[in-house]
Amino acid sequence: MSSESSDQVLDYPLRAPSALEPPAEWAQLRQGCPVAHIRLPSGDKAVLLTRYNDVRQVLSDPRFSRNLAQDGAARITTNEGGSVFENPEAASLAGGESHQRWRRLINRAFTVKRIQALQTKIEAMANQLVDAMVKKGPPADLVSEFAFPLPVWVIADLLGIAVDDRDKLAYWSNAMLTMTQFTQEEVNRAQMEFAQYFMGHIAAKRANPGDDLLSELITATDKEDVLTERELLMTGQGILVAGHETTSNMIGKMMSMLLADRSRWEQLLANPSLIRTAVEESLRFDANMGFGLPRFISEDTEVAGQPLPRGTTVVCSMSSANRDESFFEGAGEMKLDRAPNAHITFGAGPHSCLGQALARTELQTTLQVLLKRLPTLELAVKPEELPRREGLLVGGIEKVLVRW
Amino acid sequence: MGMRVLVEYEKCCGAGQCVMVAPKVFDQRDDGIVVLLDETPPPEQYKAVQEAVTVCPGAALRLEESA
Repeated sequence: MSSESSDQVLDYPLRAPSALEPPAEWAQLRQGCPVAHIRLPSGDKAVLLTRYNDVRQVLSDPRFSRNLAQDGAARITTNEGGSVFENPEAASLAGGESHQRWRRLINRAFTVKRIQALQTKIEAMANQLVDAMVKKGPPADLVSEFAFPLPVWVIADLLGIAVDDRDKLAYWSNAMLTMTQFTQEEVNRAQMEFAQYFMGHIAAKRANPGDDLLSELITATDKEDVLTERELLMTGQGILVAGHETTSNMIGKMMSMLLADRSRWEQLLANPSLIRTAVEESLRFDANMGFGLPRFISEDTEVAGQPLPRGTTVVCSMSSANRDESFFEGAGEMKLDRAPNAHITFGAGPHSCLGQALARTELQTTLQVLLKRLPTLELAVKPEELPRREGLLVGGIEKVLVRW
Repeated sequence: MGMRVLVEYEKCCGAGQCVMVAPKVFDQRDDGIVVLLDETPPPEQYKAVQEAVTVCPGAALRLEESA
Protein backbone atom coordinates (compact mmCIF):
# COMPACT_ATOMS: atom_id res chain seq x y z
CA MET A 1 0.00 0.00 0.00
CA SER A 2 1.29 3.39 -0.94
CA SER A 3 -0.50 5.76 1.43
CA GLU A 4 0.96 6.97 4.71
CA SER A 5 -1.51 4.87 6.61
CA SER A 6 0.13 1.75 5.26
CA ASP A 7 2.08 1.16 8.45
CA GLN A 8 -0.97 1.53 10.57
CA VAL A 9 -2.46 -1.72 11.82
CA LEU A 10 -5.98 -1.59 13.21
CA ASP A 11 -7.10 -3.89 16.00
CA TYR A 12 -9.98 -5.99 14.72
CA PRO A 13 -12.93 -6.22 15.33
CA LEU A 14 -13.42 -2.45 15.33
CA ARG A 15 -15.49 -0.96 18.11
CA ALA A 16 -18.75 0.81 17.25
CA PRO A 17 -20.18 3.63 19.41
CA SER A 18 -23.42 1.71 20.08
CA ALA A 19 -25.28 -1.46 19.13
CA LEU A 20 -27.01 0.17 16.16
CA GLU A 21 -24.28 2.48 14.86
CA PRO A 22 -21.37 1.66 12.56
CA PRO A 23 -17.74 2.04 13.67
CA ALA A 24 -16.44 5.49 12.68
CA GLU A 25 -13.53 3.91 10.78
CA TRP A 26 -15.67 2.33 8.04
CA ALA A 27 -16.40 5.51 6.10
CA GLN A 28 -12.73 6.56 6.34
CA LEU A 29 -11.48 3.18 5.20
CA ARG A 30 -13.90 3.02 2.27
CA GLN A 31 -12.75 6.49 1.31
CA GLY A 32 -9.01 6.24 1.72
CA CYS A 33 -7.86 2.76 2.64
CA PRO A 34 -9.98 0.07 1.02
CA VAL A 35 -7.38 -2.63 1.72
CA ALA A 36 -6.53 -2.08 5.40
CA HIS A 37 -4.10 -3.95 7.61
CA ILE A 38 -5.64 -5.41 10.75
CA ARG A 39 -4.58 -7.44 13.76
CA LEU A 40 -6.95 -10.26 14.79
CA PRO A 41 -7.62 -11.24 18.42
CA SER A 42 -5.05 -14.05 17.98
CA GLY A 43 -2.39 -11.45 17.18
CA ASP A 44 -2.20 -12.68 13.56
CA LYS A 45 -2.29 -10.14 10.75
CA ALA A 46 -4.96 -9.94 8.07
CA VAL A 47 -6.41 -7.49 5.59
CA LEU A 48 -9.84 -5.83 5.84
CA LEU A 49 -12.05 -4.99 2.84
CA THR A 50 -14.79 -2.40 3.35
CA ARG A 51 -16.03 -1.40 -0.13
CA TYR A 52 -19.05 -3.02 -1.79
CA ASN A 53 -17.40 -3.99 -5.06
CA ASP A 54 -14.24 -5.33 -3.39
CA VAL A 55 -16.12 -7.40 -0.83
CA ARG A 56 -18.42 -8.77 -3.50
CA GLN A 57 -15.49 -9.59 -5.80
CA VAL A 58 -13.59 -11.61 -3.19
CA LEU A 59 -16.66 -13.39 -1.79
CA SER A 60 -17.79 -14.37 -5.29
CA ASP A 61 -14.39 -15.72 -6.33
CA PRO A 62 -14.69 -19.52 -6.28
CA ARG A 63 -10.91 -19.87 -5.85
CA PHE A 64 -10.92 -18.49 -2.34
CA SER A 65 -12.27 -20.47 0.55
CA ARG A 66 -13.25 -19.53 4.06
CA ASN A 67 -11.27 -22.46 5.35
CA LEU A 68 -8.57 -21.10 7.65
CA ALA A 69 -7.38 -24.55 8.71
CA GLN A 70 -4.45 -24.43 6.32
CA ASP A 71 -0.80 -23.47 6.38
CA GLY A 72 -0.17 -19.77 6.46
CA ALA A 73 -3.74 -18.73 7.20
CA ALA A 74 -4.34 -16.35 10.09
CA ARG A 75 -6.04 -17.71 13.18
CA ILE A 76 -8.94 -15.70 14.48
CA THR A 77 -8.45 -16.52 18.15
CA THR A 78 -5.95 -18.46 20.18
CA ASN A 79 -8.64 -20.77 21.58
CA GLU A 80 -7.30 -24.27 21.41
CA GLY A 81 -10.33 -25.52 19.46
CA GLY A 82 -10.19 -22.65 17.00
CA SER A 83 -13.21 -20.93 15.49
CA VAL A 84 -15.88 -22.38 13.24
CA PHE A 85 -13.65 -21.26 10.35
CA GLU A 86 -10.85 -23.56 11.42
CA ASN A 87 -12.77 -26.82 11.52
CA PRO A 88 -11.02 -29.18 9.10
CA GLU A 89 -13.97 -31.57 8.89
CA ALA A 90 -16.43 -28.90 7.87
CA ALA A 91 -13.80 -27.69 5.43
CA SER A 92 -13.82 -30.97 3.57
CA LEU A 93 -17.32 -30.03 2.42
CA ALA A 94 -16.41 -26.41 1.81
CA GLY A 95 -14.56 -26.39 -1.48
CA GLY A 96 -14.91 -27.16 -5.15
CA GLU A 97 -16.99 -29.97 -6.54
CA SER A 98 -17.71 -31.70 -3.26
CA HIS A 99 -19.10 -28.42 -2.00
CA GLN A 100 -21.36 -28.08 -5.01
CA ARG A 101 -22.68 -31.62 -4.64
CA TRP A 102 -23.27 -31.16 -0.94
CA ARG A 103 -24.92 -27.81 -1.47
CA ARG A 104 -27.34 -29.09 -4.10
CA LEU A 105 -28.35 -31.84 -1.75
CA ILE A 106 -28.95 -29.52 1.20
CA ASN A 107 -30.61 -26.94 -1.03
CA ARG A 108 -33.55 -29.34 -1.27
CA ALA A 109 -34.60 -28.27 2.19
CA PHE A 110 -34.24 -24.56 1.52
CA THR A 111 -36.01 -23.98 -1.77
CA VAL A 112 -38.58 -21.22 -1.70
CA LYS A 113 -41.34 -23.78 -2.22
CA ARG A 114 -40.25 -25.80 0.81
CA ILE A 115 -39.82 -22.72 2.97
CA GLN A 116 -43.19 -21.30 2.00
CA ALA A 117 -44.78 -24.60 2.99
CA LEU A 118 -43.12 -24.15 6.38
CA GLN A 119 -44.40 -20.58 6.77
CA THR A 120 -47.70 -21.51 8.45
CA LYS A 121 -45.78 -23.45 11.09
CA ILE A 122 -43.38 -20.56 11.66
CA GLU A 123 -46.34 -18.24 12.07
CA ALA A 124 -47.93 -20.57 14.63
CA MET A 125 -44.64 -20.73 16.57
CA ALA A 126 -44.32 -16.94 16.53
CA ASN A 127 -47.91 -16.60 17.78
CA GLN A 128 -47.24 -19.10 20.54
CA LEU A 129 -44.26 -17.04 21.71
CA VAL A 130 -46.31 -13.82 21.62
CA ASP A 131 -49.11 -15.56 23.59
CA ALA A 132 -46.60 -16.26 26.37
CA MET A 133 -45.32 -12.66 26.32
CA VAL A 134 -48.86 -11.27 26.49
CA LYS A 135 -49.82 -13.59 29.30
CA LYS A 136 -46.85 -12.43 31.38
CA GLY A 137 -47.44 -8.80 30.48
CA PRO A 138 -45.02 -5.98 29.62
CA PRO A 139 -42.18 -5.24 29.78
CA ALA A 140 -40.71 -8.21 27.92
CA ASP A 141 -37.27 -9.04 26.60
CA LEU A 142 -37.84 -9.57 22.90
CA VAL A 143 -34.54 -11.46 22.63
CA SER A 144 -34.96 -14.18 25.24
CA GLU A 145 -38.76 -14.45 24.91
CA PHE A 146 -39.05 -14.37 21.13
CA ALA A 147 -35.92 -13.95 19.00
CA PHE A 148 -33.80 -16.64 20.66
CA PRO A 149 -36.38 -19.47 20.68
CA LEU A 150 -38.06 -18.93 17.29
CA PRO A 151 -35.21 -19.96 14.94
CA VAL A 152 -34.21 -22.93 17.08
CA TRP A 153 -37.81 -24.15 17.10
CA VAL A 154 -37.84 -23.85 13.33
CA ILE A 155 -34.54 -25.74 12.95
CA ALA A 156 -35.72 -28.43 15.36
CA ASP A 157 -38.81 -28.87 13.22
CA LEU A 158 -36.72 -28.94 10.04
CA LEU A 159 -34.48 -31.65 11.46
CA GLY A 160 -37.39 -33.62 12.91
CA ILE A 161 -36.26 -33.05 16.51
CA ALA A 162 -38.86 -33.47 19.26
CA VAL A 163 -40.36 -30.40 20.94
CA ASP A 164 -39.01 -31.60 24.30
CA ASP A 165 -35.43 -31.52 23.01
CA ARG A 166 -35.53 -27.97 21.69
CA ASP A 167 -34.01 -26.39 24.81
CA LYS A 168 -31.03 -28.73 24.73
CA LEU A 169 -30.51 -27.88 21.10
CA ALA A 170 -30.60 -24.16 21.90
CA TYR A 171 -27.93 -24.55 24.58
CA TRP A 172 -25.55 -26.55 22.37
CA SER A 173 -25.97 -24.12 19.54
CA ASN A 174 -25.20 -21.20 21.81
CA ALA A 175 -22.11 -22.88 23.24
CA MET A 176 -20.75 -23.96 19.86
CA LEU A 177 -20.89 -20.47 18.37
CA THR A 178 -20.61 -17.88 21.13
CA MET A 179 -17.00 -18.64 21.88
CA THR A 180 -16.35 -15.89 24.38
CA GLN A 181 -19.21 -16.70 26.76
CA PHE A 182 -18.15 -20.26 27.39
CA THR A 183 -14.94 -21.95 28.50
CA GLN A 184 -13.18 -24.17 26.01
CA GLU A 185 -14.20 -27.11 28.18
CA GLU A 186 -17.89 -26.15 27.91
CA VAL A 187 -17.60 -25.70 24.16
CA ASN A 188 -15.96 -29.12 23.80
CA ARG A 189 -18.60 -30.74 25.98
CA ALA A 190 -21.43 -29.11 24.01
CA GLN A 191 -19.89 -30.32 20.79
CA MET A 192 -19.57 -33.85 22.15
CA GLU A 193 -23.08 -33.96 23.59
CA PHE A 194 -24.57 -32.60 20.39
CA ALA A 195 -22.64 -35.15 18.31
CA GLN A 196 -23.80 -37.98 20.53
CA TYR A 197 -27.40 -36.81 20.47
CA PHE A 198 -27.42 -36.18 16.75
CA MET A 199 -25.86 -39.53 15.82
CA GLY A 200 -28.64 -41.20 17.83
CA HIS A 201 -31.17 -39.00 16.09
CA ILE A 202 -29.80 -39.98 12.65
CA ALA A 203 -30.07 -43.66 13.58
CA ALA A 204 -33.64 -43.18 14.77
CA LYS A 205 -34.60 -41.37 11.56
CA ARG A 206 -32.92 -44.03 9.47
CA ALA A 207 -35.05 -46.66 11.18
CA ASN A 208 -38.19 -44.53 11.12
CA PRO A 209 -38.09 -41.79 8.49
CA GLY A 210 -40.44 -38.81 8.91
CA ASP A 211 -41.32 -35.95 6.59
CA ASP A 212 -38.44 -33.79 7.85
CA LEU A 213 -35.28 -32.65 6.08
CA LEU A 214 -33.02 -35.07 7.91
CA SER A 215 -35.10 -38.07 6.83
CA GLU A 216 -35.03 -36.78 3.28
CA LEU A 217 -31.27 -36.33 3.39
CA ILE A 218 -30.79 -39.82 4.76
CA THR A 219 -32.98 -41.35 2.08
CA ALA A 220 -31.29 -39.31 -0.65
CA THR A 221 -27.94 -40.27 0.83
CA ASP A 222 -28.76 -43.95 0.96
CA LYS A 223 -29.91 -43.79 -2.64
CA GLU A 224 -27.02 -41.85 -4.07
CA ASP A 225 -24.40 -42.66 -1.46
CA VAL A 226 -23.18 -39.09 -1.12
CA LEU A 227 -23.07 -38.12 2.53
CA THR A 228 -21.39 -40.21 5.19
CA GLU A 229 -22.72 -40.42 8.75
CA ARG A 230 -20.05 -37.93 9.76
CA GLU A 231 -21.03 -35.55 6.97
CA LEU A 232 -24.67 -35.78 8.03
CA LEU A 233 -23.55 -34.76 11.51
CA MET A 234 -21.50 -31.83 10.20
CA THR A 235 -24.51 -30.79 8.13
CA GLY A 236 -26.85 -30.89 11.14
CA GLN A 237 -24.35 -28.95 13.22
CA GLY A 238 -23.81 -26.50 10.37
CA ILE A 239 -27.51 -25.82 9.99
CA LEU A 240 -27.79 -25.28 13.72
CA VAL A 241 -24.85 -22.91 14.20
CA ALA A 242 -25.44 -21.07 10.94
CA GLY A 243 -29.19 -20.76 11.32
CA HIS A 244 -29.88 -20.22 14.97
CA GLU A 245 -27.89 -17.43 16.53
CA THR A 246 -27.54 -15.42 13.34
CA THR A 247 -31.31 -15.33 12.82
CA SER A 248 -32.01 -14.72 16.53
CA ASN A 249 -29.64 -11.79 16.52
CA MET A 250 -31.09 -10.43 13.32
CA ILE A 251 -34.63 -10.51 14.74
CA GLY A 252 -33.41 -8.55 17.77
CA LYS A 253 -31.52 -6.04 15.65
CA MET A 254 -34.31 -5.63 13.09
CA MET A 255 -36.87 -4.93 15.82
CA SER A 256 -34.46 -2.53 17.56
CA MET A 257 -33.82 -0.59 14.35
CA LEU A 258 -37.53 -0.38 13.53
CA LEU A 259 -38.47 0.74 17.05
CA ALA A 260 -35.48 3.02 17.67
CA ASP A 261 -37.13 5.49 15.30
CA ARG A 262 -40.77 4.64 15.87
CA SER A 263 -41.89 6.37 12.66
CA ARG A 264 -40.48 3.28 10.91
CA TRP A 265 -42.77 0.98 12.88
CA GLU A 266 -45.70 3.31 12.21
CA GLN A 267 -44.92 3.28 8.49
CA LEU A 268 -45.19 -0.52 8.56
CA LEU A 269 -48.41 -0.45 10.59
CA ALA A 270 -49.91 1.87 7.99
CA ASN A 271 -48.56 -0.14 5.08
CA PRO A 272 -47.82 -3.81 5.84
CA SER A 273 -47.08 -4.46 2.17
CA LEU A 274 -43.67 -2.93 2.95
CA ILE A 275 -42.73 -5.94 5.10
CA ARG A 276 -40.65 -7.63 2.41
CA THR A 277 -38.56 -4.58 1.51
CA ALA A 278 -38.34 -3.54 5.17
CA VAL A 279 -36.74 -6.90 6.01
CA GLU A 280 -34.20 -6.44 3.19
CA GLU A 281 -33.43 -2.92 4.35
CA SER A 282 -32.99 -4.12 7.94
CA LEU A 283 -30.52 -6.72 6.65
CA ARG A 284 -28.64 -4.04 4.74
CA PHE A 285 -28.69 -1.41 7.48
CA ASP A 286 -27.49 -3.72 10.25
CA ALA A 287 -24.19 -2.19 11.33
CA ASN A 288 -23.56 -4.80 13.98
CA MET A 289 -23.11 -7.92 11.92
CA GLY A 290 -20.04 -9.12 13.75
CA PHE A 291 -16.76 -10.29 12.41
CA GLY A 292 -17.45 -10.51 8.67
CA LEU A 293 -16.43 -13.37 6.41
CA PRO A 294 -12.79 -14.47 6.16
CA ARG A 295 -11.22 -15.70 2.94
CA PHE A 296 -7.83 -17.30 2.46
CA ILE A 297 -6.16 -15.99 -0.70
CA SER A 298 -4.65 -19.10 -2.25
CA GLU A 299 -3.40 -17.47 -5.48
CA ASP A 300 -1.99 -14.00 -6.14
CA THR A 301 -4.80 -11.61 -7.00
CA GLU A 302 -5.70 -7.93 -7.08
CA VAL A 303 -8.36 -5.95 -5.26
CA ALA A 304 -9.09 -2.24 -5.64
CA GLY A 305 -6.02 -1.97 -7.85
CA GLN A 306 -3.76 -3.33 -5.14
CA PRO A 307 -1.99 -6.67 -5.19
CA LEU A 308 -3.17 -9.29 -2.69
CA PRO A 309 -0.41 -11.86 -2.48
CA ARG A 310 -1.05 -15.55 -2.06
CA GLY A 311 -1.18 -16.48 1.62
CA THR A 312 -3.08 -13.36 2.70
CA THR A 313 -6.04 -13.77 4.99
CA VAL A 314 -8.80 -11.34 4.08
CA VAL A 315 -11.74 -10.28 6.21
CA CYS A 316 -14.74 -9.08 4.20
CA SER A 317 -16.94 -6.60 6.04
CA MET A 318 -20.39 -7.04 4.54
CA SER A 319 -21.81 -4.48 6.98
CA SER A 320 -19.44 -1.82 5.74
CA ALA A 321 -20.02 -2.82 2.12
CA ASN A 322 -23.76 -2.43 2.70
CA ARG A 323 -23.15 1.18 3.75
CA ASP A 324 -21.01 2.03 0.71
CA GLU A 325 -22.29 5.37 -0.60
CA SER A 326 -20.88 4.69 -4.04
CA PHE A 327 -23.20 1.70 -4.40
CA PHE A 328 -26.32 2.53 -2.35
CA GLU A 329 -28.04 5.87 -2.76
CA GLY A 330 -28.54 7.40 0.67
CA ALA A 331 -26.59 4.51 2.20
CA GLY A 332 -26.70 6.06 5.65
CA GLU A 333 -30.50 6.23 5.70
CA MET A 334 -32.90 3.40 6.41
CA LYS A 335 -35.52 3.40 3.63
CA LEU A 336 -38.13 0.73 4.19
CA ASP A 337 -39.23 0.72 0.55
CA ARG A 338 -35.72 0.43 -0.95
CA ALA A 339 -35.85 -1.79 -4.06
CA PRO A 340 -33.86 -3.30 -5.53
CA ASN A 341 -31.66 -3.87 -2.53
CA ALA A 342 -28.57 -5.86 -3.44
CA HIS A 343 -27.11 -5.98 0.08
CA ILE A 344 -24.57 -8.72 0.70
CA THR A 345 -25.50 -9.64 4.25
CA PHE A 346 -25.83 -13.26 3.12
CA GLY A 347 -22.56 -13.11 1.21
CA ALA A 348 -22.30 -13.57 -2.55
CA GLY A 349 -21.29 -16.23 -5.03
CA PRO A 350 -21.16 -20.00 -4.63
CA HIS A 351 -20.92 -19.82 -0.83
CA SER A 352 -23.68 -17.30 -0.22
CA CYS A 353 -25.96 -18.26 2.63
CA LEU A 354 -27.77 -21.51 1.98
CA GLY A 355 -30.58 -20.71 4.41
CA GLN A 356 -31.33 -17.20 3.25
CA ALA A 357 -34.86 -17.97 2.06
CA LEU A 358 -35.60 -19.44 5.49
CA ALA A 359 -34.04 -16.47 7.31
CA ARG A 360 -36.06 -14.06 5.18
CA THR A 361 -39.28 -15.96 5.86
CA GLU A 362 -38.60 -16.00 9.60
CA LEU A 363 -37.93 -12.25 9.61
CA GLN A 364 -40.99 -11.48 7.48
CA THR A 365 -43.18 -13.69 9.67
CA THR A 366 -41.81 -12.01 12.79
CA LEU A 367 -42.92 -8.65 11.44
CA GLN A 368 -46.32 -9.90 10.29
CA VAL A 369 -47.08 -11.41 13.68
CA LEU A 370 -45.70 -8.59 15.85
CA LEU A 371 -47.35 -5.83 13.79
CA LYS A 372 -50.68 -7.60 14.09
CA ARG A 373 -50.49 -8.76 17.68
CA LEU A 374 -48.57 -5.89 19.33
CA PRO A 375 -49.13 -2.75 17.24
CA THR A 376 -48.37 -0.49 20.22
CA LEU A 377 -44.93 -2.06 20.67
CA GLU A 378 -42.12 0.31 21.70
CA LEU A 379 -38.62 0.13 23.13
CA ALA A 380 -38.52 0.34 26.93
CA VAL A 381 -34.88 1.54 26.82
CA LYS A 382 -33.04 4.24 24.92
CA PRO A 383 -31.64 2.90 21.62
CA GLU A 384 -28.10 3.95 22.57
CA GLU A 385 -28.38 1.90 25.75
CA LEU A 386 -29.25 -1.39 24.05
CA PRO A 387 -26.62 -3.80 25.41
CA ARG A 388 -24.41 -5.44 22.79
CA ARG A 389 -23.83 -9.16 22.79
CA GLU A 390 -20.16 -9.78 23.41
CA GLY A 391 -19.79 -12.72 21.05
CA LEU A 392 -16.82 -12.62 18.71
CA LEU A 393 -18.16 -13.83 15.39
CA VAL A 394 -21.81 -12.84 15.22
CA GLY A 395 -22.97 -9.39 16.29
CA GLY A 396 -26.15 -8.99 18.24
CA ILE A 397 -28.02 -7.32 21.07
CA GLU A 398 -28.13 -9.05 24.44
CA LYS A 399 -31.51 -7.80 25.51
CA VAL A 400 -34.22 -5.76 23.80
CA LEU A 401 -36.64 -4.58 26.47
CA VAL A 402 -40.04 -3.63 25.02
CA ARG A 403 -43.51 -2.69 26.21
CA TRP A 404 -46.88 -2.36 24.50
CA MET B 1 -39.02 -5.18 -29.13
CA GLY B 2 -39.21 -7.18 -25.93
CA MET B 3 -36.89 -8.29 -23.23
CA ARG B 4 -35.24 -11.66 -22.85
CA VAL B 5 -34.03 -13.28 -19.61
CA LEU B 6 -30.63 -14.98 -19.74
CA VAL B 7 -29.43 -17.46 -17.13
CA GLU B 8 -25.91 -18.71 -16.47
CA TYR B 9 -26.86 -21.92 -14.74
CA GLU B 10 -23.37 -22.76 -13.48
CA LYS B 11 -23.40 -19.55 -11.43
CA CYS B 12 -26.74 -20.31 -9.76
CA CYS B 13 -26.30 -21.03 -6.05
CA GLY B 14 -29.94 -21.87 -5.41
CA ALA B 15 -30.65 -19.04 -2.96
CA GLY B 16 -34.12 -18.60 -4.43
CA GLN B 17 -34.12 -14.80 -4.40
CA CYS B 18 -35.46 -14.68 -7.96
CA VAL B 19 -38.36 -16.97 -7.01
CA MET B 20 -39.23 -14.72 -4.09
CA VAL B 21 -39.04 -11.53 -6.16
CA ALA B 22 -40.50 -12.68 -9.50
CA PRO B 23 -42.38 -15.97 -9.00
CA LYS B 24 -44.13 -15.72 -12.36
CA VAL B 25 -40.83 -15.80 -14.19
CA PHE B 26 -38.61 -18.00 -12.02
CA ASP B 27 -38.96 -21.28 -10.19
CA GLN B 28 -36.48 -23.74 -8.67
CA ARG B 29 -35.68 -27.39 -9.22
CA ASP B 30 -35.70 -29.69 -6.18
CA ASP B 31 -31.99 -29.00 -5.71
CA GLY B 32 -32.53 -25.25 -5.74
CA ILE B 33 -31.21 -24.48 -9.21
CA VAL B 34 -33.23 -21.89 -11.11
CA VAL B 35 -35.91 -22.83 -13.64
CA LEU B 36 -36.83 -20.15 -16.15
CA LEU B 37 -40.62 -20.17 -16.55
CA ASP B 38 -40.85 -17.35 -19.03
CA GLU B 39 -37.86 -16.43 -21.17
CA THR B 40 -39.59 -13.40 -22.68
CA PRO B 41 -41.79 -12.07 -19.86
CA PRO B 42 -44.49 -9.45 -20.45
CA PRO B 43 -43.61 -5.78 -19.70
CA GLU B 44 -45.48 -5.77 -16.38
CA GLN B 45 -42.88 -8.28 -15.15
CA TYR B 46 -39.81 -6.21 -16.14
CA LYS B 47 -39.52 -4.39 -12.82
CA ALA B 48 -39.63 -7.62 -10.80
CA VAL B 49 -37.23 -9.36 -13.18
CA GLN B 50 -34.82 -6.43 -13.04
CA GLU B 51 -34.92 -6.63 -9.26
CA ALA B 52 -34.22 -10.37 -9.41
CA VAL B 53 -31.26 -9.70 -11.72
CA THR B 54 -29.84 -7.08 -9.36
CA VAL B 55 -30.21 -9.08 -6.14
CA CYS B 56 -29.13 -12.50 -7.44
CA PRO B 57 -26.26 -13.49 -5.10
CA GLY B 58 -24.61 -15.55 -7.83
CA ALA B 59 -24.93 -12.82 -10.50
CA ALA B 60 -26.40 -15.57 -12.66
CA LEU B 61 -29.19 -13.57 -14.34
CA ARG B 62 -29.35 -10.95 -17.07
CA LEU B 63 -32.14 -9.10 -18.82
CA GLU B 64 -31.44 -8.12 -22.41
CA GLU B 65 -33.35 -6.53 -25.24
CA SER B 66 -34.43 -9.11 -27.76
CA ALA B 67 -34.91 -8.39 -31.44
